[in-house]
Amino acid sequence: MSTATLPHLPGQSGKGARILIGLAVGLTLVFIAAPLAFIFVRAFAQGWQVYAANILHPATVHAIWLTTLVAIIVVPVNVAFGIAAAWAVAKHRFPGRGILVTLIEIPFSISPIIAGICYLLLYGRQGILGPWLQANDIQVVFALPGIVLVTMFVTAPFVAREVLPLMQAQGTEQEQAAVTLGANGWQIFTRVTLPNIKWALLYGAVLCTARAVGEFGGVSVVSGNIRGQTNTLPLHVELLFNDLNAVGAFAAASTLTLIAVVALVVKTILEGRKDAGH
Amino acid sequence: MTTITTNTGAPFRAKRVLPGFTLSLGTTLLYMTFIVLIPVIALILKGAEIGPDRFWRIISSPRAVAAFQITLTAALMATVFNAVYGLLMAWVLVRYEFRGKRIVDALMDVPFALPTAVAGLSLTALFSANGWFGPVLEAMGVQVVYTIWGIALAMAFTSVPFVVRTVQPVLEDMDPALEQAALTLGARPWTIFTRVVFPAILPAWLAGCTTAFARSLGEFGAIVFIAGNLPFRTEIAALLAYIRLEEFDYNGAAAIALVLLAFALVLLVVSNLLQVWASRYREASR
Amino acid sequence: MTFPALRISAVVLALGAAPATAQDALLNTSYDIAREVFEALNPQFQAHWQETTGRTVTIDQSHGGTSRQARAILEGLPADVVTFNQETDIEVLVEGGLLGADWRDALPNGASPWYSLPAFLVRDGNPKNIQDWSDLARDDVEVIFPNPRTSGNARYTYLAAFAYGLEQNDGDEDAAEAFVKAIFDNVPVFDTGGRGATQTFAERNIGDVLVTFEAETGGIAAAYADAGLERVTPSVSLFAAFPVAVVTEVAERNGTVDLATAYLEWLYTPEAQRIVAQNFYRVANDDVAAEFADQLPEVRLVTVDEVFGGWDAIQENHFAEGARLDNVFVNQ
Repeated sequence: MSTATLPHLPGQSGKGARILIGLAVGLTLVFIAAPLAFIFVRAFAQGWQVYAANILHPATVHAIWLTTLVAIIVVPVNVAFGIAAAWAVAKHRFPGRGILVTLIEIPFSISPIIAGICYLLLYGRQGILGPWLQANDIQVVFALPGIVLVTMFVTAPFVAREVLPLMQAQGTEQEQAAVTLGANGWQIFTRVTLPNIKWALLYGAVLCTARAVGEFGGVSVVSGNIRGQTNTLPLHVELLFNDLNAVGAFAAASTLTLIAVVALVVKTILEGRKDAGH
Repeated sequence: MTTITTNTGAPFRAKRVLPGFTLSLGTTLLYMTFIVLIPVIALILKGAEIGPDRFWRIISSPRAVAAFQITLTAALMATVFNAVYGLLMAWVLVRYEFRGKRIVDALMDVPFALPTAVAGLSLTALFSANGWFGPVLEAMGVQVVYTIWGIALAMAFTSVPFVVRTVQPVLEDMDPALEQAALTLGARPWTIFTRVVFPAILPAWLAGCTTAFARSLGEFGAIVFIAGNLPFRTEIAALLAYIRLEEFDYNGAAAIALVLLAFALVLLVVSNLLQVWASRYREASR
Repeated sequence: MTFPALRISAVVLALGAAPATAQDALLNTSYDIAREVFEALNPQFQAHWQETTGRTVTIDQSHGGTSRQARAILEGLPADVVTFNQETDIEVLVEGGLLGADWRDALPNGASPWYSLPAFLVRDGNPKNIQDWSDLARDDVEVIFPNPRTSGNARYTYLAAFAYGLEQNDGDEDAAEAFVKAIFDNVPVFDTGGRGATQTFAERNIGDVLVTFEAETGGIAAAYADAGLERVTPSVSLFAAFPVAVVTEVAERNGTVDLATAYLEWLYTPEAQRIVAQNFYRVANDDVAAEFADQLPEVRLVTVDEVFGGWDAIQENHFAEGARLDNVFVNQ
């Protein structure tokens, strides 16, 4: 969000302003910064060596790898979907457009637990597709495909909702011009549209990655919690917590926090680019 | 965060249809169908299988009713807090310059980026007896962890960006001339805020609060750590659905999930209507 | 999109699994509080397997309430072996067609390499003076144990309390039920697994007494030595067999039948039994049992067959929908 200031109105500085700023910063420190910092405090509570031993434990390493793998599969698919959805909705007019936009946002307001339940009812051995999957020896839930599918559900709107408003705001004039000049669809997209939306696209991808990496509730329904197999990093945090290994849980949590912080830094940088590109 | 709004009022301008319509719409519909629609339909089918009597019995059982009440109450508490805190943050971040502003602004996105389970783990430790805030609050006689306050806290944490990021762009876009005019007419700052600024951001603010409320109703990861999960006291509806699933009671899980789904859809529609209203307001005030 | 996506992930899964097929792998799906015992057992078995066959084996573990685990296996969790704490949960798998009804005959001792019993863990100094099941029904006592619908551990607690109630009331089943209901009414939260209940009691400081397997009370008392938690053994408790079985359907598909059988048979060796006994279980091997007799107090144990006439009768009279468990576990 840009920080461009308005011409100064009286009342924007002085005592009232200082109180409001103080209140805002104070609350943010207590409410948001402290939980963030506390994870590292607890993770290192017993020193570097214990921390390193926890992080390098094979089950933790596997959880990190699995979570990364899920993100590697989910994010590109959602980027492709986000672009397709934005292109269809922003550059064309068709009946039911508003409904489609609402539909895209559904996963945002549905509890991930419910997403997990939906997938279990569909792909579980006793679910609607269960017998067919069983007959063809395809394992969906309690395996990687189930985790990936639920993560896709939960993160589906992230790229679309960043790219769509921008594409809408930019209109279709440039693309129309390209069409008149004889460009084909792929050329229009890569040469005209993509440069305009690339920062928003990256920004959406970063948010999508953060969410995919951190998904807990939905994945916990379809994971089966097999150590070293289907245990993603957020689930591993809970597992270690239930192993009565609090330091280990915080150590695993700290790697997730680090990913979140990196995502935020990248996002902040991208935001500058995005605004500059306007 | 920007939010999607369809600009339904805009005139039809596209003279020539751009290529890729079938491909992009087809991909979108196919993806939405397989990833979102079919699984949701599976849930609805399961719900239909239960039959209205049984369905009603499940969702009106004392434990389910208590879980819905707790979820709604805590979500309401969280939303009220975020309505104030989120508005304050949006206002301060747009209107004032101060050192560390960029950091504070970036911190507003922490709840989006931080996995909810990690947030829950940290908040629980922070507010428990051997954390940083627990002892202070305990001295004041306030118990946060394993109470409804803890649930509200976790909900507030995970949903605050929705308010901030919805109000912020509207405040940024506001024409300062309006306020300056009010100022020249001798209005006091508070009057300017309530009469000029607040009406302009009201739709966006309400939309943000609605989304935050919806998100709070569905939150799970952060809450299971901090809530204590006591039936009738601190058990939320999403957890009850999860427990029913683990009890092999698919009907129970599906019925509770469907109620939450219905809530989510209603709130989504409300929030989208508010945003359409907000975007009209923005167009009009430009 | 789903099908390409599925195929992609199937390929990735195959790639991810490829190195694992070069060696043996086994998924052991187990009860919630079995975390530490298998953490100790599995490396020993891996060494044993390496020695006897020259092959390496990885053993993956999943832990949760056993009924929850049984459900997950029915839904497709590819468990090669189950190490449960209750026969009924294996019977669920038999009904689902995943293994044969004769699984008890496959291994010694009715396929139970070790056993335990419901026992108590109380706060430092036992401030509420909790000594026996009757104390759990007192109005001033808050009791913690997991959800009997998801946890075999909790169903043993239910049955042990019921057995005690029968003894106290000359076999009057309704009186015993009323007694058990009084205990259930003192439970503020039913976690889905035994470890969740332990967390509630030990970490969240909720409740005056935790009822769980003796193996867990021993382990937790040691892990929370600072908190001074004390073990209490009631006057009478229920013999809780911990059955194990190969999930034939899955193991045949994975080609792991021999490995799975060898793994379960190895659990009966003195080497394995000693590790199990170190984790406060009572073991089938008499020599090892004698070695660890000191750490396990004398207790009078009754069995499911003596008191309830076997698991089928229990299923019908207690755990079926609308049966006695539903009466005491009201609205839960």
